[in-house]
This record gives sequence, structure tokens and C-alpha cells, in this order.
Amino acid sequence: MSLTADDVKKIAHLARLGIEEQDVASYAKDLSGMLDLMTRMSDLDTDGVEPMAHPMDQVQRLRADAVTEQDNREKFQAIAPQVEAGLYLVPKVIE
Amino acid sequence: MHNKTIAELAKGLRSGEFSSVELTTAFLGRIKQHSSLNSYITVTEDLALQAAEAADARLAKGDAELLTGIPVAQKDIFCTEGVKTTCGSKILDNFIAPYNATVVDKFNNAGAVMLGKLNMDEFAMGSSNETSYYGVVRNPWDTNTVPGGSSGGTAAAVAARLAVCATGTDTGGSIRQPAALCGITGLKPTYGRVSRYGMIAYASSLDQGGPMTRSAEDAAIMLQTMAGFDEKDSTSVDLPVPDYRAGLNNSLEGLKIGLPKEFFGEGLNSDVATALEAAINEYRKLGAQVTEISMPTLKLAIPAYYVIAPAECSANLSRFDGVRFGYRCENPADLTDLYTRSRGEGFGKEVKRRILMGTYALSAGYYDAYYIKAQKIRRLISEDFKRALSEVDVIMGPVTPSTAFGIGEKIGNPIEMYLSDIYTIAINLAGVPAMSVPAGFANGMPVGLQIIGNYFAEDRLLNIAHQYQQVTDWHQQAPKGFE
Repeated sequence: MSLTADDVKKIAHLARLGIEEQDVASYAKDLSGMLDLMTRMSDLDTDGVEPMAHPMDQVQRLRADAVTEQDNREKFQAIAPQVEAGLYLVPKVIE
Repeated sequence: MHNKTIAELAKGLRSGEFSSVELTTAFLGRIKQHSSLNSYITVTEDLALQAAEAADARLAKGDAELLTGIPVAQKDIFCTEGVKTTCGSKILDNFIAPYNATVVDKFNNAGAVMLGKLNMDEFAMGSSNETSYYGVVRNPWDTNTVPGGSSGGTAAAVAARLAVCATGTDTGGSIRQPAALCGITGLKPTYGRVSRYGMIAYASSLDQGGPMTRSAEDAAIMLQTMAGFDEKDSTSVDLPVPDYRAGLNNSLEGLKIGLPKEFFGEGLNSDVATALEAAINEYRKLGAQVTEISMPTLKLAIPAYYVIAPAECSANLSRFDGVRFGYRCENPADLTDLYTRSRGEGFGKEVKRRILMGTYALSAGYYDAYYIKAQKIRRLISEDFKRALSEVDVIMGPVTPSTAFGIGEKIGNPIEMYLSDIYTIAINLAGVPAMSVPAGFANGMPVGLQIIGNYFAEDRLLNIAHQYQQVTDWHQQAPKGFE
């Protein structure tokens, strides 16, 4: 299985990940190599096997619907790139 | 002072032989003296001296714990309130964590003195510490070689006596592999044993924090502080924590050791194999019975891991978007440009490679073929471990195919680097605990013996490692120039 330069650019867009034009070919080569490694998985018959997500097959714990967190807005916004009036600022989204 | 164990140091602090301030000052001096190893990203000198003073006061009052006043260090993946927490990445170069990881809180509550934050592969993705934004860490046994990764800074610092002990994290071998390459003791606990809260996530279903120390007894003391249920970590396991030191001196008479034939075949360096045979013979002398076992699914661990870990990484690392914290690119044209360039400029090449791989594996049309298939294989691997560990008490084998490799030797070939994780990765997929224990040298470089146990059998692993360390002195040897 091999990926083309266009495949890599499409995946990078899905991930909103900037990659340099000069690196595209090497990512295509490395990802194709990884996919080759993964084709070995088809050697094993896994019909009827339940996918495993947690080593103890633990399910998500539930808790009472009560407030447990304190308001840390100022603390968290102090490390943000750009804030104003308690809001996170980003470039204009709506014209 | 820097060669003493935690128990010896605790005794010295109580007898008044030295104070925590003196001990901390000595370690801070060593860190400066050996800064060329590049094992620390941040040294928290002022905070360390304040913590040492507080520890001395606590010792004087008589309510100290074993770790009170002991200089430790944290892998820079653990959030430390008010202290830069980078995860080895440019994208977090300006990140001052607003809260503490549970593990960090536990060390603080025990009165341990944090010397600083340790270098690591970027977001714990790497096996050589060469992917760190903060530069390569040097192995104190031979400074032209890598210390391993991703907890390379931790392994180098502990081996060079630049901290008494330190934390690591292990997603595919990141505690055990650097421990082996630097000749120290490392324990990856059972998944869910140590809280992941505030430990920056790479692959959440595999990540696990653990101790990296010189001896198994020190590891038992450290794990005692680190382990336990945490309601802030949704996958933390709610089981009581045993006394990890209580069984250290138990006899190994009748211990059943299994050696998977898949671990001792082609690919294992013959000098490493020779050292491991000698270690296993020591266990025979201690009364253990050794049998060969087979674990046929082990060979599929690498492909399954390199689907699951990148898939989880691509989801976890989507939080780094240049909006709420961390690096933001200059003059973004629009929101998409802000995301794309902040991430593109902030992440290094190995991290990008794994985000791309994971994004692809999770994308429409490929999810079943890759992610679900890998999760099914993961179950078969864990069943293989359960079956093997119902026949034997522990599994032993190599940690790495060879001793430490040269800086720059493998970084150009990522696939070859991934294949070097062959002996460690399956353990994370199964979620069982495993240790790396110093087991001699091959051509002057340390060799690690891996000991793999059943779920929550950390106490047994520590006992088995400790007994070996009573009849060998590999774990006490220091690299030249760092004695």
C-alpha cells in the first residue's frame, strides 16, 4: 500500500496540520512504510474477536451530577495567546 | 551522598548526618557540573531549596515520610503548577501549567524535593530522545550514544546521579527501554495503577507513569507514593495499593519463569543474549524453574501498536490549536490558517508523522480496516499474556535488541526505530506490568532484563528484581566520570 503526495496533503488538511512542501514526499514514503508494516495484521484471523479498548475492559465511571470544579477562568486565560473581556480571541470567523 | 539509596538517605536525614538543604545543594551542583548531558529542560533551583527547607522543618518535627527531603525530578510530561511544562515540544515552550498532575501532588505531599523537569522525546514519541525540541540527551555511559526514549532525560539523570530517582512514562516501552540503555531500574505499572491526571496524553489507552530508580527497593518506595485510585482519571483502577516493600525479601524458591521463544530469536544481539542467559542462570541459582513458552501473537504487536497509538495521538493532540494555550503562529490570515500554521510550526517531524498516520487510520473508509482490526489483535495479544501467565509466574526476556545506539544512527529511518520497540510494545497493549533491571554489560554498555508479570503483580516483580539485586551489583555501577 502506498500513499501519494496528494493523499498526504489531504490527510494533513483533515488534521489541520501544516507541513512543508519539501517534506511531503518523505511523509508519503514514511507513511507508506508504516502501512506496509500494518498489512501484516491481515495474517491473523480476527473474526468474532471483540475489539479491546481498555486492558481491564473497564467502562466509564459515572458520578453524581454535582459541581466539583472551581471557576479557574482567570488562571486558565492568563496562559492564553489572546483574550479580551474573558473571551478567547481568534481571527474573524463571520463576515 | 549521591550514590546512596532512598532508604540510606532517609536514615542520614533523620540522624542529622546531612540536611535536605545540603543534599539538594549537592544535587543542584552535580546538575550544573554535568549540564552537557542535557538531561534537564528546566532546573527549579529556588523552588527546590524552598522545598528542602520545608522538608528539614518536617523532619525536625518528626512527621516525615520516606521521601521527605529526597531530591527527585519529574519527566516534563507531568504538569507542575507555576513551572514550565513542555512535553519536549516547541508548541508548549511557553506553557506554564496552571495545575499539578496527581503524581506531582503526591510527591509534594510526601515532602519530596523537585530538582526540575527532565528532557524527553517530543510528546513521548520516540525511542532515542532525539525528537525533543530541547535537543538530544547524551547517555552517560558513552556520550556519543542515545539514552533511549522517550524518558531519556530521566534515565540519563538517574544513571548519572543527577537525581536520586525520577518519574517516567511508558506507552510502548518509554520507561523500560531507556532504563535498559542507561543501566537503571524502571517499572511500568499495570495500566490504571498510577493516575494519568495532568500527565500530558499521547495514547490514552496505553500511557502509564512509573518509577525510574537505581534499585528495585527505591522503585518500591517511589511506586508506593505514585500508585492509587484517582477520581480525576477516568481510567484509574479502584483497587487497594499493597505495601510494595513488604514482600521484597520473599524467597524465589519454586518461582516459575517463562521465556517466550519469540523473544530470543533472530534480531537479538548475541552479546545481549549472553548477558541475559547469565541473568537467568542467577535466577536458577535462586531456586527458579525456567521453561520455554510460546506467544505467537507477539509478532503482531508492532503493527497493532502503530495503528492504535497514532490514532489516539491524533485525537489527543487536536487540543493543541493555538487558541487557548501554547504556541500561536504570527499574523494568522483566518481561523484555519491559525490552526494549521500553529500546529505546523509547533510540532516536530515525528509528532507530525504520527498525527498523519492516526488521522489516516481513523478516516472514513479505513477505520475498520486499521483501528478496529488493531483493537481485535490487541485482545488476542492480551489473551496470549493471560494464558502464558496462568502457566508461569513471570515472563522474562530482553528489553531491547541491542545496547544503546549512536546519536544520529537511526533517526533518519523511522520504521527501523519503531522495530527496535519489539520487546516492549506488546506489554502496553496487554496492560500488564513490566520492569527493566540492570543485567550486566555488552561491550561496556548496559543491558536490561525485562520481567513481565500479571495484572497488579507489581509487588511480585519488585520482589523478583530485588532478590536478583541482592546477588548482583550491576545496579550499583556508575558510569565513568559520574561515580
